[in-house]
Amino acid sequence: MTTAAIETQANYLNAGYGLKSWLLTKDHKRIAILYLILVTIFFSIGGIFAALIRVELLTPQGDLVSSETYNKLFTMHGIAMIFFFLIPAIPATLGNFVLPMMIGARDLAFPRINLLSWYLLVVGGGFALFAMLAGGVDTGWTFYTPYSTTYSNTWVIATALGIFVSGFSSILTGLNFIVTIHRMRAPGMTWFRMPLFVWAHYATSVIQVLGTPVVAVTIVLVFCERVFHIGIFDPALGGDPVLFQHMFWFYSHPAVYIMVLPAMGVVSEIISTFSRKPIFGYHFVAYSSMAIAVLGFLVWGHHLFVSTQSVYAGLVFSFLSYFVAVPSAVKVFNWTATLYKGSISFATPMLYAFGFIGLFTIGGLTGLFVASLGFDVHVTDTYFVVAHFHYVMVGGTIMAFLGGLHFWWPKITGRMYPENWAKLSAAIIFVGFNLTFFPQFILGYLGMPRRYHVYPEEFQVLHVLSTAGASILAFGYLFPMIYFMWSLWYGERAPANPWGATGLEWTVPSPPPIHNFDEVPVVTHEAYDYSTVVKEGVEVV
Amino acid sequence: MSEHVDSVKTYTAVWLILLALTGVTTGVAYIDLGAFSVVIALLIAAVKMLLVALFFMHMRHSAKLTQVAAAGAFLWLFVMMAFTFADVWTRGLVGTQGR
Amino acid sequence: MSEHVHAPVETLALREQFNTAEQQKESVTFGMWIFLITEVMFFGGLFLAYTVYRSTYPVVFGVASTSLNAVIGALNTAVLLCSSFTMVLAVRSAQLGRRRALVLFLILTLLLGMAFLGVKAYEWNEKFVEHHVPGAGFHFEGAAEQGPAQLFFSLYFAMTGLHALHMVVGAGILCWLLYHAVRGRFTAEYMTPVDVAGLYWHFVDIIWIFLFPLLYLIDRHMR
Repeated sequence: MTTAAIETQANYLNAGYGLKSWLLTKDHKRIAILYLILVTIFFSIGGIFAALIRVELLTPQGDLVSSETYNKLFTMHGIAMIFFFLIPAIPATLGNFVLPMMIGARDLAFPRINLLSWYLLVVGGGFALFAMLAGGVDTGWTFYTPYSTTYSNTWVIATALGIFVSGFSSILTGLNFIVTIHRMRAPGMTWFRMPLFVWAHYATSVIQVLGTPVVAVTIVLVFCERVFHIGIFDPALGGDPVLFQHMFWFYSHPAVYIMVLPAMGVVSEIISTFSRKPIFGYHFVAYSSMAIAVLGFLVWGHHLFVSTQSVYAGLVFSFLSYFVAVPSAVKVFNWTATLYKGSISFATPMLYAFGFIGLFTIGGLTGLFVASLGFDVHVTDTYFVVAHFHYVMVGGTIMAFLGGLHFWWPKITGRMYPENWAKLSAAIIFVGFNLTFFPQFILGYLGMPRRYHVYPEEFQVLHVLSTAGASILAFGYLFPMIYFMWSLWYGERAPANPWGATGLEWTVPSPPPIHNFDEVPVVTHEAYDYSTVVKEGVEVV
Repeated sequence: MSEHVDSVKTYTAVWLILLALTGVTTGVAYIDLGAFSVVIALLIAAVKMLLVALFFMHMRHSAKLTQVAAAGAFLWLFVMMAFTFADVWTRGLVGTQGR
Repeated sequence: MSEHVHAPVETLALREQFNTAEQQKESVTFGMWIFLITEVMFFGGLFLAYTVYRSTYPVVFGVASTSLNAVIGALNTAVLLCSSFTMVLAVRSAQLGRRRALVLFLILTLLLGMAFLGVKAYEWNEKFVEHHVPGAGFHFEGAAEQGPAQLFFSLYFAMTGLHALHMVVGAGILCWLLYHAVRGRFTAEYMTPVDVAGLYWHFVDIIWIFLFPLLYLIDRHMR
């Protein structure tokens, strides 16, 4: 299996072995792996909190943890998952690794800033982790004032500082991607020859650059308010807590698209590759990413329907929220149309992509429910909303993240993962996910509020189902962690292009050489042109 | 910004105009113009900003992309303000307390 | 391009990820512009909060605003505009490869920046003396409602404070530029760091151009 020729080939992995060669690297591929390790740690931490939440909810009584502890659990679950996993997950790992290769560049425009942004996430994560270990924080991941500024007796400042610092990590990644996409494209790589993954990341970066600074300054104000009690959001001094909500959601609603747009980019690549067809309506899918990024900034007020936001603003935000469905639907329909008469193979990444399309559609459609004023008043702060955004975040983003990880794993490590185990775990994750979150739609519709650990006995059956699903889901996530590690040593050697995919990253050996391309590639074809691609080696059924 | 070297004369002129505008905006502030005080002050500030951006930051020579990006930032700032004020300025419109 | 692999780290010229000096220069400049966009949104949040509260409490904000010294504010604005002028001359000197002029103008810019911060520190000190600093000891004589008055000063300190912080960072960048300029690292062909530092410095100036009328001027006529 291992030929000496492959073994001795110079690539980015065997370019240096010491810890220093990793921690001081400027290579986007190594930095991607540093990110992968970091986000996996935070995913596990967030997962542990989720597990504790689900175990507590097995019984209607609060018998495992106190209400105070429960408040901390759901807060820290949200913070770990959103700020330290979902936001960096796809852009900073898969995006970092393949984006420069996809456009034919040797690296990102600013490799040192790329490394800096990883360190910023480490520092930010360090603050958050410190807060978690020192006693936790209980404000909810949304930090609503005045609770966060005046009343909470937990580690609000350390956590807020962590999010502030990690925000700069996100900003710098976005900045780096934007400049790279504008200035580093290989000759012939025109805008409309770029893979849709790159388009999705461009749209994501625009949001990161325009949105994140606003939450940063909001955190600064919360910080000042909490330390000095100066009244910026304190109603007792004439401040307006709803202003906080406006500023917070101006970032945090578009942040949903920071999490899901890169996922859509991954799905476009996978769907095209495993049906061996160009994406149907390429231009529409590219533009729809940009449309989502723009429209995403105009709808934040739908998080404020039951605050003291004016009825007029509520109407406007509700109306505009429906428009996000249009570009999202364009994507779903075009992926489906791509499958039509395609030569489809059901490899693991494709299973995850199918999972994404189905689950994202449910998440998106329930998004329309909660965008309507009347219905939202009924389900605000219930499990309906919890189920809705988990269908988008877990069913969407994490499915795509895992799909992308399987898809590019051969490229990243030079090893194949075990296909049968991977398919099994994809199936387990799909079943476990639906069992966890579908009952929550019903719970929420029946009136189960979120963020409570004591509930009426009628809800127990659905809660037990949800917890059972979560246990299955946890196993589903453990499998890839194990077999990916296993494959590093025992996996089959990966050829340059195991899937017969298009895209410049597949034209170089796996793992890629240090500077990606020995000579600058010249692009002469549209994206997803399968006429020239030869599939090597591994057979996928 | 391909090698455009502006003359010291241009820069000096812009600098003197900026100083003069600072004087004007301070002086005008003491005249009662009602609601127009804010408008005038912000207009003068906008003119000063444009002078700094176009001349000192070489924006008049820079790529269209840069100009579009900078304009985009202000558009987004406008969006943030406009939609927040769509709430703040319409509270109490339907006669319900706090809405 | 494999010969770039062992490019010495010391060189300030072409970095290995770029194909041409032109591409590097465009990328760095564009990167700085994108960064400035993030700064627009960062300060934008503060301007939003200011506008919301000013429209909610116009009278108290007016009274509180007029307690600031507009003459000192105007003079300080002039100082900052002068520093932008010397900065643009520094960039020009770098473009023309005039090392001594570059060093001179960088020093002048730094001094003017320091002068601005000095005046700012004097103003802040005055607020401490007058008990106009938000917090437990806050007291504002001119207004019946202490809360909104405190809001004005909270925003005043947040906005001028973050602006001053940016000035301090700018001063740090100027020192770094000076260090390299003295050593003759910048030439007419390679002066991108001076150029982008100039962009940053002018941007901080623009923020002040808006802060000055909003905080010091627009309610002056009510006196």
